[in-house]
Amino acid sequence: MARSNNLHSVAAIFDTPNKIIKAAKKVRDEGYKKFDVNTPYPLHGMDKAMGLSSSKVGFVTLFGGLFGASFILLFMWWTLAKNYPLFIGGKPFFALPAFIPITFETTVLIGAVSTFIALIAVFFKLPFNNHPIHDTDYMKTVSVDKYGIYIKSDDPKFDKEKILSLFESLGAVSTDLIYFPKIEKFSMFNFKFVLFLIFVAVGTSGSTYLLLNKLMYINPFDWMEFQEKTTPQETSLFFADRRSMRTPVDGTVAKGFIPYPYEGIQNPKEVLSNPTIPTVDLLKMGKKKYLTFCSPCHGNFAEGDSRLNGQFPNGPTLHSDKIKKYKDGMIYHIITNGQNSMPAYDRQISRIERWAIVDYIRVLQRAKDAKKSDLDEIKKESLTNDQ
Amino acid sequence: MTNNDSVYIKKSLPKNIGKLGLILFVLGAVTGAFGYITDPSRASFSYLTSFLFLLSISVGSLLLVAIEYAASAVWSTPFRRMSEFLASSIPLLLLFVIPLFFSLQNLFVWSHTDIVANDHMLQAKSVFLNTPFFYVRVIVILVIWSLFYYYIIKNSRQQDISGEQILTKNNIKLSVIFIPVFAISLTLQAVDWIMSLEAKWFSTMFGVYLFAGVTCSALAALAFIAVTLKEKGYFHSKISKDHFYSLGTLMFVFICFWGYIAFSQYMLIWYGNLPEETFWFMQRWEGGWKFVSLFIIFGHFIVPFATLLSHPSKTNLKKLKFISIWILAMHFIDLYWLIMPSMHSSGLHYSFSWMDISFLAASVGIIIFMFNKMFERYNLIPVKDPKLQRGLDFHL
Repeated sequence: MARSNNLHSVAAIFDTPNKIIKAAKKVRDEGYKKFDVNTPYPLHGMDKAMGLSSSKVGFVTLFGGLFGASFILLFMWWTLAKNYPLFIGGKPFFALPAFIPITFETTVLIGAVSTFIALIAVFFKLPFNNHPIHDTDYMKTVSVDKYGIYIKSDDPKFDKEKILSLFESLGAVSTDLIYFPKIEKFSMFNFKFVLFLIFVAVGTSGSTYLLLNKLMYINPFDWMEFQEKTTPQETSLFFADRRSMRTPVDGTVAKGFIPYPYEGIQNPKEVLSNPTIPTVDLLKMGKKKYLTFCSPCHGNFAEGDSRLNGQFPNGPTLHSDKIKKYKDGMIYHIITNGQNSMPAYDRQISRIERWAIVDYIRVLQRAKDAKKSDLDEIKKESLTNDQ
Repeated sequence: MTNNDSVYIKKSLPKNIGKLGLILFVLGAVTGAFGYITDPSRASFSYLTSFLFLLSISVGSLLLVAIEYAASAVWSTPFRRMSEFLASSIPLLLLFVIPLFFSLQNLFVWSHTDIVANDHMLQAKSVFLNTPFFYVRVIVILVIWSLFYYYIIKNSRQQDISGEQILTKNNIKLSVIFIPVFAISLTLQAVDWIMSLEAKWFSTMFGVYLFAGVTCSALAALAFIAVTLKEKGYFHSKISKDHFYSLGTLMFVFICFWGYIAFSQYMLIWYGNLPEETFWFMQRWEGGWKFVSLFIIFGHFIVPFATLLSHPSKTNLKKLKFISIWILAMHFIDLYWLIMPSMHSSGLHYSFSWMDISFLAASVGIIIFMFNKMFERYNLIPVKDPKLQRGLDFHL
């Protein structure tokens, strides 16, 4: 079947782990260098028996890991602290503790991936995917339930007869000769092959181009998608100033909007008069809005004792004589326009709600220094309610 | 593979080892007692640190024994006895905890009823942090540990004589129960002894943090003794580099685990940035503590990590011995760093004191003394353990 100069190795099969370890030891002691052992599962003590030194693949992992760590740290420093500094949660730009989990993950990832690549590239000599012992009876038994050893023919001490007798003496179940498979050779520049390559190249690039640039843009129904109109931010070719959106005529007022005449004035000479009648519903709304927008600084009862005291500019009490003497319109003016570090609230609270807050503040002021006569009145009211 | 392999010839340690332990203990105890008379509140903190060091090594060793049984580990069977010897101080903890019970007032803010009455937060916590419940918790946990120690070790010793396999099975059952009990009880102990020193501080990771340190120190103590005995020729000749490699790997794993937990605890508090949590780390960043904190990062994680990383260094006995002493020292410094900055709460500020050394000497003395005593009485190797032969034949 095969020529003897085509011999890859002499192989033997053993049936217990102890025998294969003994055989590996013996083969090593005889001075053979190019031999290997195949077992269905890893055997403890085999490394020692074969005289293998510890694997060098750990260095690949080490350098892969170190590269991953330094790369990702540099990356985060560049993106988050150097090129586009962003405030995140009030932390420094280069927030090392927050970066460490990512560094850890990347170290593990790059370390593991580089180990894997190194293993298949170096150990399996990647572009090649064949080995002479593939597809032999020897391989079929050692990958199931037997333990095999083979000595390669390029070993300096290789002698077929001697090795066969050595294996016999070690108690091998069977011995086997493994030959190099017949190598089929093809030229790279075979005409048919080149033609096939060109066909594949043109076919894939052409179909990709068609798919991404033409097919994807075919619009089955364009109904009203394309119209003769201008869209926001679009340049107009019709108007001289090239704006597609026109500015309204001076003095235009939005529907339902009542302009505030004293907008932006610090201390207005005159203010609006209160247009509301303080009904129960209005005061309830005022209380709700007051608690939402005003109480964080001025306190729930307008005493300037809010829960944010000390962390924020303190809101003053609204029970001072100055504020009591303010006209309703003045308080309305301050809510609308803001004052000192208090911002304007006209965008967040509607006109009627602002007036309701003013009314509610008046209620709080009144309740703060209630008179004896008020109590009598309340009593009277509750009596009438009871009846 | 022959039966001769498991024949074990008992040798005894040099006589002065036991004496050395006793002298260390007596010296430490006498100077410590003197310190307690002169400055009780300073001495209480030093005593607590050394008490927890003793607790770490002894209970950690019992955990290693339990893990060995529960996982049916083979390679560590020849080493198991040393962990059992180290765990022999567990019943003594019940004795050594008594001085701490008398100095609760020096240690814990929550034990002062007048302060608690004026502090809303401490009042709310007093459901858990009150003196009677504290006594009950500590005593119950120490008794449970002692019972587990007693039964597991009794079975193991009986096997040396009878060689019955059922004893291993019983111990596996006991160990499987002990491991979750240990997890809960050590967390409670960590909260009681260390976290409640700063009664207003809380970290849900704290129990795991102490657990990582405890396991590191127990492994380091085991590795140190194993390497020393191997060097002096007390050990079985079949204990090979592969055994020490496995021990080194386990130590490496727990160093990584400690680093992971310590960092996670720090990062969550750092990121949350809540004043009621961050102040604990701020205390440990003030003045000289800053350097201790940095030293712990390097000494407890980076140095052992770098030393134990490569394959040859785990089989190099000298390196293993060095790093095990190093880790033991770092665990003590870690405990010191956890406990001492909280001393201000009793009106004191930190300063180094000779008492720290004297109590440490006492606890190391106890460990040596107990180890020597056990070594004289029992075999260094569980001679009739069914796993022993496989353990001795262990290869990577």
